[in-house]
Amino acid sequence: MAADRRIDSHPILAPGPKASVSFRFNGKLYKAKPGEPISSAMMANGISVFNAHHRDGAPQGIFCANGQCAQCLVLVNGHPRKACITPVGEGIDVRYLEGLPELPADDSQPMPGETETVETDVLIVGAGPAGLSAAAELAVAGLKIIIADDKQEVGGKLGLQTHNFFGSVRDCNAGMRGMDIGTLMAEEIDELENVKVWLGSPAVAVFCDGLVGILRGNRYCLVKPKHLLITAGAREKSLAFPGCDLPGVYGGGAFQTLVNRDMVRASKKLFIVGGGNVGLIAAYHALQAGIEVLGLVEALPKCGGYKVHLDKILRLGIPVWTSHTVLKAEGSGKLEKVTIAKIDSDFKPLPGTEMTFDVDTLLVAVGLAPVNELLLKAREFDMSVYAAGDADVIAEASAAIFSGHITGRKMLRDMGHEVEIPAEWYEILDMLRAKPGPTHDLEILNPAKSRVYPVIRCTQEIPCNPCTAVCPKDSIRTDNGKMTGTPQLLGGCVGCTRCVAICPGLAITLVDTGYDPAGKSALVTLPWEMPAGTVRPGQTVNTMGFEGGKVGTGKVLAIKSSGWQNRRELLLLEVPAKDAEKVAGIRLYDTRPPPAGTPATAEEDDNTIVCRCERITKGEIASYIKETGCTDFNALKAALRVGMGPCGGKTCTELVMRIFKQVLGRDAVIEQHSERPFTQEVPLSAFIEGGEE
Amino acid sequence: MMAKQYDVVIIGAGSVGTPTAYFLAKEGKKVLCIDQYSSSGQGQNKAAIGGVRATHSDPAKITICKKSLEIFSAWKETAGTDIGWKPGGYCFPIYTEKDEKTMRDMLPIQKKFGLNIDWIDANGIAKAVPGINMKGLRGGTLSPDDGQVSPLMASESFTREARKLGAEFRYREPVKKLGMKDGSVASVETDRGTYTAETFVNAAGANATAICEMAGFSMPVIPDSHEAGITSPVKPFLPPLVVDIRPGSDVMTKNFYFGQVESGQIIFCYTPLQPILGTDRRETSEFMPILARRLVSLIPRLKNLTIRRLWRGLYPMTPDGVPIIGKAPGVDNMFLGIGMCGQGFMMGPGVGYNLASHIAKGKPAMDQEIYELLSPKRDMGRGKAERLA
Repeated sequence: MAADRRIDSHPILAPGPKASVSFRFNGKLYKAKPGEPISSAMMANGISVFNAHHRDGAPQGIFCANGQCAQCLVLVNGHPRKACITPVGEGIDVRYLEGLPELPADDSQPMPGETETVETDVLIVGAGPAGLSAAAELAVAGLKIIIADDKQEVGGKLGLQTHNFFGSVRDCNAGMRGMDIGTLMAEEIDELENVKVWLGSPAVAVFCDGLVGILRGNRYCLVKPKHLLITAGAREKSLAFPGCDLPGVYGGGAFQTLVNRDMVRASKKLFIVGGGNVGLIAAYHALQAGIEVLGLVEALPKCGGYKVHLDKILRLGIPVWTSHTVLKAEGSGKLEKVTIAKIDSDFKPLPGTEMTFDVDTLLVAVGLAPVNELLLKAREFDMSVYAAGDADVIAEASAAIFSGHITGRKMLRDMGHEVEIPAEWYEILDMLRAKPGPTHDLEILNPAKSRVYPVIRCTQEIPCNPCTAVCPKDSIRTDNGKMTGTPQLLGGCVGCTRCVAICPGLAITLVDTGYDPAGKSALVTLPWEMPAGTVRPGQTVNTMGFEGGKVGTGKVLAIKSSGWQNRRELLLLEVPAKDAEKVAGIRLYDTRPPPAGTPATAEEDDNTIVCRCERITKGEIASYIKETGCTDFNALKAALRVGMGPCGGKTCTELVMRIFKQVLGRDAVIEQHSERPFTQEVPLSAFIEGGEE
Repeated sequence: MMAKQYDVVIIGAGSVGTPTAYFLAKEGKKVLCIDQYSSSGQGQNKAAIGGVRATHSDPAKITICKKSLEIFSAWKETAGTDIGWKPGGYCFPIYTEKDEKTMRDMLPIQKKFGLNIDWIDANGIAKAVPGINMKGLRGGTLSPDDGQVSPLMASESFTREARKLGAEFRYREPVKKLGMKDGSVASVETDRGTYTAETFVNAAGANATAICEMAGFSMPVIPDSHEAGITSPVKPFLPPLVVDIRPGSDVMTKNFYFGQVESGQIIFCYTPLQPILGTDRRETSEFMPILARRLVSLIPRLKNLTIRRLWRGLYPMTPDGVPIIGKAPGVDNMFLGIGMCGQGFMMGPGVGYNLASHIAKGKPAMDQEIYELLSPKRDMGRGKAERLA
């Protein structure tokens, strides 16, 4: 049973170590990979429910997979622990937690050690793309730098990004996979003697005396930085709908963590809500992990993510419904089905358009929000504080890398060092951060009438141009000469396939019209990143057009390594000559018409859980606001305990603000809830005992 | 002459203001309660840890808090709302001979006022406070009729019930000015309106002094700042609220106290050795390491708790450590419910009940003589300062 929940074969990722560690869950023996989080070890063994909520006994599944909520609380050797940030150890005893945990009656007196205070020139919170690139800039000046990160490895979310990066080759290694960029950056940081990296060390508070509390392993310490840089990244926004609290409903980012970091096949049948880049990429990553994706809904008339990401999944046969939303999730004890419906321009579901899908997992990928609590506190306390990356402005990781470089230099300048920040850098950053620009008509050019030529299906203005950098003939240029322009073939082609191999959007195919002397068929070279065995040479496949419509059929001739592009394969396909320019991909799924569903009842809607930590429903919140005319989030905390749980309102704040506006009108002025330390719960023992670092 | 808009305007919708509004409304008064924040209880009320005890040494505080306990413990029946009432008492574990004497000396006064409190031996204390450090434990006092309440839920519920009885609440209206006429308050002015009334109540907590000054007199209420925190919930195991009155070996703290609230969290606070005067409510890095050591040295098993949140609140202190309740000096239609010295939450209902009676019936519900001990006109020399939390 465990075997099929581990991803043993992946087109991009190497399989990790063998599951060689034994642990018990509710007394039964299971195997885990050394050091993996308990949650992943459990899910890999088919256990996806961690506890019964102490308020109402509701089953709790994975949610943030990031240490931010407490849905994955389990008893580990008698102690309540978040399974997603607790590494599995040989012989540990894990138990399902029912109700409140009992305080272990362990009366041994700990040996109190001093709480250490560490002074440093710069403290960087977050060792992701922004933090690492800023550190590299700052290190040049010989400053004492500490980078603290809550994870066990540097690179932040780069490690989950198995896809090729957008941007430009020169400025941010575009065309490389995010995970490889992360490795490069980690190596670079490793060589800097004045940069100390503290892993497994979440920063949990900023205090008015200018000190930052860090939970360094199992010991709490204080850091006194002269300058603070917050590069803590982003967290996922959420959505409230009936059943959104069922185990099996969680974030697209959490999914990427399970699948790409821990290589757990967390789902068999998946549905996605949200057509931004996170949702679109999650769909692609799911297919790469051998997970069936039944569809994706986007509430707006158009997906907000890059069109190349959308086209890519459409071509693989994943149905995408725009102007649709998820109505409800249902299941007994865990997710079993989701119902979606078409919505009108006011986002109201249209009766009669409901469709229901049998799935075990629903990913909510409806945008990101900056992790900036510490930043705001530091500003309130007048500290010398900066932010870069998503903690500052939500954008692609390439933008985070760039903003890290700029912010690092800015900090140096503010400290009195003479450093240059090229004006061009700001322009590049703006481009990298920009939302996708207009989309143009697809135009296929072959001005030199080459026998072999690329078909470039990149029609939307996005900040990406690796294809222009790799063409040995320098034949590919963007129409406006900038990174955001759409690329066109303006010269001859030697058929080297480099543009096919590097394009992050998988938007380029190579057409060879001279393949068949009879002129009946043509050879099309497609970029290919699916698991081995998904299609085989000799197999006849359904061919798909630019935006996913069926073209015809083709025969797979070979799947071969692209040679120089890391882990991307090229699929050689024989197609009828007339289809050569049309064929952009091959379909993996046949779409089946989904069965009709039923709308959510008013009662179901009222019972929607909004505050997951305290299990407070939409109905309770709305009726409290209606009855009292309350305009203060803090009053809701007092009356209903909304936002008072372990996550501290990280998930529900925005959802509650939405309910305020629904009840009181858009213009109502709502008092925000007051933020207090800690941003993440801290074991009391960490304040006393000097444990292992 | 124009009719007054209200019978009573209460300045401050916190620990004192909300129950006062409720009891005045119950007396049939037309009440307006105004506050600078966006809802009730957003000043110091929500910073309170919610312990409610009648076991003081001051007769007036004992009497007021007995009333509070009566109101809090019956609130679920009165209003049908759960405010997190948890009986379980207060426990003062005692480790020194001197402290034992102090505690034992207080018992006769406390018993005289009908308080249920007794000296318990070390084993009895260990039964009430599982896991307590037995080394040097001499015993302690236990007062099972005291308890704990959620300040958040209580101020919310008083507000709701007061509203049902017709009281109005206006928020986000800091008082800018009091309109004075012939030595009396005629109106309260805010950025958004001017409100006239027969009677005014100053229940402005940490801002009480400023309000007094607007009316032309001064009261010695000076806030100092205390930090507090709360853990994640665990299964109920600790019935009483525990007060350790020893000074900390950290040389930073006087007493410290904590209790498990009805929903399972442990809530805690300490008294700094040097009062931190002023209104700074920003969190400090100092608090948690000190507090953690104190908690664990008293009850080692608390090391397995998880800290969730920290905050600071203000104790509006008077020179003698006793609240200021009653008619303002020289201003006949202003009543004071101020200077609660960090006990505003536990005293609030008792204060509100008596102030309402004073205003509506011309005399407090409690014994007049004892009430007078709280009078704004008393001698507030420091001598009488109560030394317990």
